[in-house]
Amino acid sequence: MTADARAVTAPTAEEVAAEVPAGRPTGWWGMVMFITTEATLFAALVASYFYLRFQSTPEWPLGGIKAPELSLPLVMSAILLSSSGPMVLADRGIRAGHVGRLRLGLAATFVLGATFLGLQGYEYTIKLKEFTPTTNVYGSLFFAITGFHGMHVMVGLLLILFVQVRAWLGHFGRGRHLHVQTTAMYWHFVDAVWVVIMLSLYIGPHL
Amino acid sequence: MTTVAERTQRLAESWEEAPGLASWFKTVDHKKIGRRYIWTASVFFAAAGFEALALRTQLARPDQTLIGPGAYNQLFTMHGTTMIFLFATPMLFGFGNYFVPLMLGARDMAFPRLNAFGYWVFLFAGLLMNASFLFGQAPNGGWFNYVPLTGPEYTPEVNIGFYTVGLLFLGISTTAGAINFIVTTFKLRAPGMSLNRIPLFVWAVLATAFAVVFALPALNADNAMLLLDRKFGFHFFDPAAGGDPVLWQHLFWLFGHPDVYIIVLPALGIVSAIVPVFSRRPMVGYFWLVLANVATAVISFGVWVHHMFAVGLPQLSMSFFSAASLLITIPGGIQIFAWVATMLRGRVVLATPMLFVVGFLISFVAGGLTGVMFGVVPFDQQITDSYFVVAHFHYVLFGGAVFPILAAVYYWMPKITGRLLDERLGKLSFWLIFGGFNLLFFPMHVSGLLGMPRRVYTFLPGLGWEGWNLASSIGAYVVAAGFLATLGNLLWSLRRGRPAGDDPWGGDSLEWATSSPPPPYNFAAVPVVHSAYPLWEDRFRERLDTAQGSPGRQLAGDHEVLRTSELDAEPERAIEMPEETVVPLVVALGFLVAFGGLLAGWYLVAALGVPVVLAGLAAWAWPRREEVAR
Repeated sequence: MTADARAVTAPTAEEVAAEVPAGRPTGWWGMVMFITTEATLFAALVASYFYLRFQSTPEWPLGGIKAPELSLPLVMSAILLSSSGPMVLADRGIRAGHVGRLRLGLAATFVLGATFLGLQGYEYTIKLKEFTPTTNVYGSLFFAITGFHGMHVMVGLLLILFVQVRAWLGHFGRGRHLHVQTTAMYWHFVDAVWVVIMLSLYIGPHL
Repeated sequence: MTTVAERTQRLAESWEEAPGLASWFKTVDHKKIGRRYIWTASVFFAAAGFEALALRTQLARPDQTLIGPGAYNQLFTMHGTTMIFLFATPMLFGFGNYFVPLMLGARDMAFPRLNAFGYWVFLFAGLLMNASFLFGQAPNGGWFNYVPLTGPEYTPEVNIGFYTVGLLFLGISTTAGAINFIVTTFKLRAPGMSLNRIPLFVWAVLATAFAVVFALPALNADNAMLLLDRKFGFHFFDPAAGGDPVLWQHLFWLFGHPDVYIIVLPALGIVSAIVPVFSRRPMVGYFWLVLANVATAVISFGVWVHHMFAVGLPQLSMSFFSAASLLITIPGGIQIFAWVATMLRGRVVLATPMLFVVGFLISFVAGGLTGVMFGVVPFDQQITDSYFVVAHFHYVLFGGAVFPILAAVYYWMPKITGRLLDERLGKLSFWLIFGGFNLLFFPMHVSGLLGMPRRVYTFLPGLGWEGWNLASSIGAYVVAAGFLATLGNLLWSLRRGRPAGDDPWGGDSLEWATSSPPPPYNFAAVPVVHSAYPLWEDRFRERLDTAQGSPGRQLAGDHEVLRTSELDAEPERAIEMPEETVVPLVVALGFLVAFGGLLAGWYLVAALGVPVVLAGLAAWAWPRREEVAR
């Protein structure tokens, strides 16, 4: 190991150029701003959750409802978070011009996302036997926030389906993949929101 | 080799939308959409103005019975809601739509179809909310709609439904518009227009758009929760089941205070556009004004509790918000001093636009002064919910937004219509509005200090309020006469006004570098700028003329705009723009069905809207054949 920086080769012109921020297309910025405002919406909902939780009696959940059971939600989390992996493969794949990787990655993401949604439906059937949105404010918050997130997963699945159809029709290639990229951004965002919901609504009441 | 004339001809053919009724529903041209925003917002302004005249007529004398308490509640609620949501922001978005691309030297907004969609949603949401009058069931809980009054227990009727559903629907439009402004400003600036050369009006619209992106979700979350409480028996605001009505207030004002600046910032941007032109010198302190814009937008998110000083919150939080409320006066003050300094150091021309700017300066400073008083907790607690508050926010919003909008009408309408307005009628209108405005709102300070509460439909004689109220009511009619003068002036100018020419004021920014009204493609050659005041550079016009013949400056494909880099506005590539299409209207109609069904409780009908929206969005995203082929 030398301490003389000059003794080590300086970066080549290509290496420098690779780090110059690429100009982003308008669609990329549009999706960034859309995600920003959506994230703010979830932040307002989660802040309302904590506001109402700490305004009420120390008992939480209210009215003798049990703190949420964690094993099923943890499985759901694992499934949803792992769905971002194939999405990265799809996105990277089409950037290198591999339509096959794009289709495969999208299909895997779709299956994982749909499984998550199915499990959430199953979880609701169990929960609804114990409490409903109209039981008290805890029920209102739980179903409104998780339901709103579930709707976002649904929208994400529709987007993936749409991009999949377009991939089959040969709409995407090495230089034409903006809608793949924005769909991937949206999907990763929906995943990240779930982490916040998991921590706040499921693990939070146990602390 | 094609000639300049042939190129321009091709450009015109590719940007011109087909004439006829079908095209009216399909347009994606930012200028047509901007004009529609302006006219539609003007109609809502007139509606809200007539509501205000009705209120002032009822309050002209004590113990009147022209309007009963129930109708009075609906009228003041719709007056405020319409002015805030359906007039102020859409009007400023209208001017933004028209002038932001022109001032940036672009040929359209970044997302033309989203732009058209935003207009349709605004129109439908505004009509939906006002349709409530047909049923005699207009919103009646005040524009900030506090629960529990507006909850299912105390207002079970549909009135509040029009408010919650209407505003949720409208929110789609405002968010779409804001995102469009941000991306347009980031990506479609003329080459050379680095961040330090963006016109101050565009900076103001940009700061506003960011405030919308972060503030509107709080209002949407609030309205969604109230809708769930009212329609589906949820308990967010119901203390008996663990909810809390104060949550409504927090979320509402977390949106509501930034919204004051969402309204005022672009209006201040108009002032920053007009002051240098009519002072015949560049703006003093450009950088300070940019920083003040950004600082105001940021700090506005930390002051909302000053609307809630009388609620009974902990002392600590009140001290924090009191300090923040006093802090936000600093960027406001910087802007005032910069305008005054520009005028002092310039050669002021008192044409009608500038006259309205001076009227703005006087009333906005007065409104700011009473605003500082409200930042002080003990004063606020004494005076809250009195007519003093009504006086204060009308000085801020009428003074801070309506005067600049009128200035913009006189300044920019000649660019839109190609005809100048009449100066004498303009000055008459100014003096009627300025005099009437002070006669209308100044006495409210006094009646408020004398203890008159806001939102009462009548009052008893002998409390010392009669004279002040009568003065206010007379002032209301004088203001109305002033607006009639401006309306008459506009209509007259359309037929008889002197032709404006490209640049009637000797302006500094790029909208004056093209004809009035501009051609559909705005600029035949992409302008290149070298300062914040391109038209005041000696050789700018000369360069633009020679550029007409340069293929690089004309963009090879005709229906294209130039995409430039975010910070330095270096050219990146030309991007193809979408053609006119009916899809945005279809998607907006789908949303209308969904929201209308939700409001009426016809959930099957509401569900029918969803496939329309989805199919419309799919058609929207579907590429054109030649894009796939490429």
